[in-house]
Amino acid sequence: MQWIQRRGYVLGTSGLGLLLVGGYLGLVWSPPDASEHDLVRIMYVHVPVAWTMYLAFFLVMVGSAMYLWKRDLKWDRLAGSAAEIGLLLTALTLVAGSIWARPTWGVWWTWDPRLTTTAILFVIYAGYLMLRTLQTNPLARARQAAVVGIIGFLDIPVIQLSVEWWRSLHQGPTFTALNDPTIDDRMEVTLFVNLAAVTLLFLFLLGRRLRLASMEQERDELLWREAQRV
Amino acid sequence: MSSTWAEQVWAVLKKDVLLEARSRVSLNATLFFAAIVLLTFSFALGPDRRQLASAASGLLWLAFIFSGLLAFGRIYQLEMENSAFEGLLLLARNRSAIYMGKVLGAMAVMLAIEAVVLPMTAVLYTLDVAANLPLLILSLFLGTTGFAAIGALYGALTASLRSREVLLPLLLLPVTAPVILAAVKATSLALTGGSADVARWVELLLVFDVVFVTAGLLTFEYAPGE
Repeated sequence: MQWIQRRGYVLGTSGLGLLLVGGYLGLVWSPPDASEHDLVRIMYVHVPVAWTMYLAFFLVMVGSAMYLWKRDLKWDRLAGSAAEIGLLLTALTLVAGSIWARPTWGVWWTWDPRLTTTAILFVIYAGYLMLRTLQTNPLARARQAAVVGIIGFLDIPVIQLSVEWWRSLHQGPTFTALNDPTIDDRMEVTLFVNLAAVTLLFLFLLGRRLRLASMEQERDELLWREAQRV
Repeated sequence: MSSTWAEQVWAVLKKDVLLEARSRVSLNATLFFAAIVLLTFSFALGPDRRQLASAASGLLWLAFIFSGLLAFGRIYQLEMENSAFEGLLLLARNRSAIYMGKVLGAMAVMLAIEAVVLPMTAVLYTLDVAANLPLLILSLFLGTTGFAAIGALYGALTASLRSREVLLPLLLLPVTAPVILAAVKATSLALTGGSADVARWVELLLVFDVVFVTAGLLTFEYAPGE
């Protein structure tokens, strides 16, 4: 974690740079899809953001489990920071999904398995952050948030399975471009560039948020010590 | 004399059940609440018999969910009011045993409500309860277990917070989405006598129950606010 915090500028600038390259590749260089035409370009935003969202929530679980094991608050800071950025990424995934859904199916929302699962994840981690806000005792907060963080992550595969079964019985349409094994080389390159870009930016943001969390904790400790003296 | 894990579970369960049986406030109130929920949904959906019948499984589970939310708050209310969380440890040294006792207690309340609300709904909506009774009972039981597993855990977590009434449903409902989907589906198949993919939904409920009761047993000690 120190590693991420110290290399902030490298991560940030390289991430931003790659994002610009990726944007060009995605919008201009890569070819339109055979069936979806230019709509497929949303994939270059949706997939990287979705993948990074899962990475963030994985980090929430790691932070939660490590905190319960080691009781070092730095793990709690990791969990909380990753959850905040993860929630943002979830919102972006939902928006990208909606933007894709509108021209494809004519509606802003559909109970597509991936969209539905993402919506549920959004509420799970919003609840996680609400708990962190409402529990004022820092040690209890770390402990209780860790429970919710672990349970939430364990639930992800179960939710995905159940929603897919729920939808498949109604023969709903799904995000087909992602399941295409004969994906064009240029699309693959574009996808990976954007994937790298978003991941780097995520790590950059995570580093900044971790620094902030450290400073918040120092401030709280100082305030507490002051209060003891009076 | 040290007690076994099972004896500890029973001690916690017996205490809660005895207190409930003597006062009977919680069960009565929750029962009437479930009935009101069902009636309100009927008003909201309109009197069309066929529409209500096709939505019956979903409406049933909505009523059970709302009653469950009340129950999961109540099973810790005594401990919160009297700062008695430490007292629980006198009954049961293993926190996992406390958890199991609370899960069983919550299940007892929910199952008691289901036993009354189901026949009532069957009459109101003209449901064929006997179409596949074993599956019906199985769905109700497995679904209730799944809810209670998370409910008993998150109930303990939110018990000490002032915002409990909002936070408990906010945390509970998305995590139990698979239970809701599967239980409603299985119950619906049971009421219509259908058999499409029944095994799948029952399996899903079983997996959820096993995974999350285990998770609860392992993490309960970290849950209470104190």
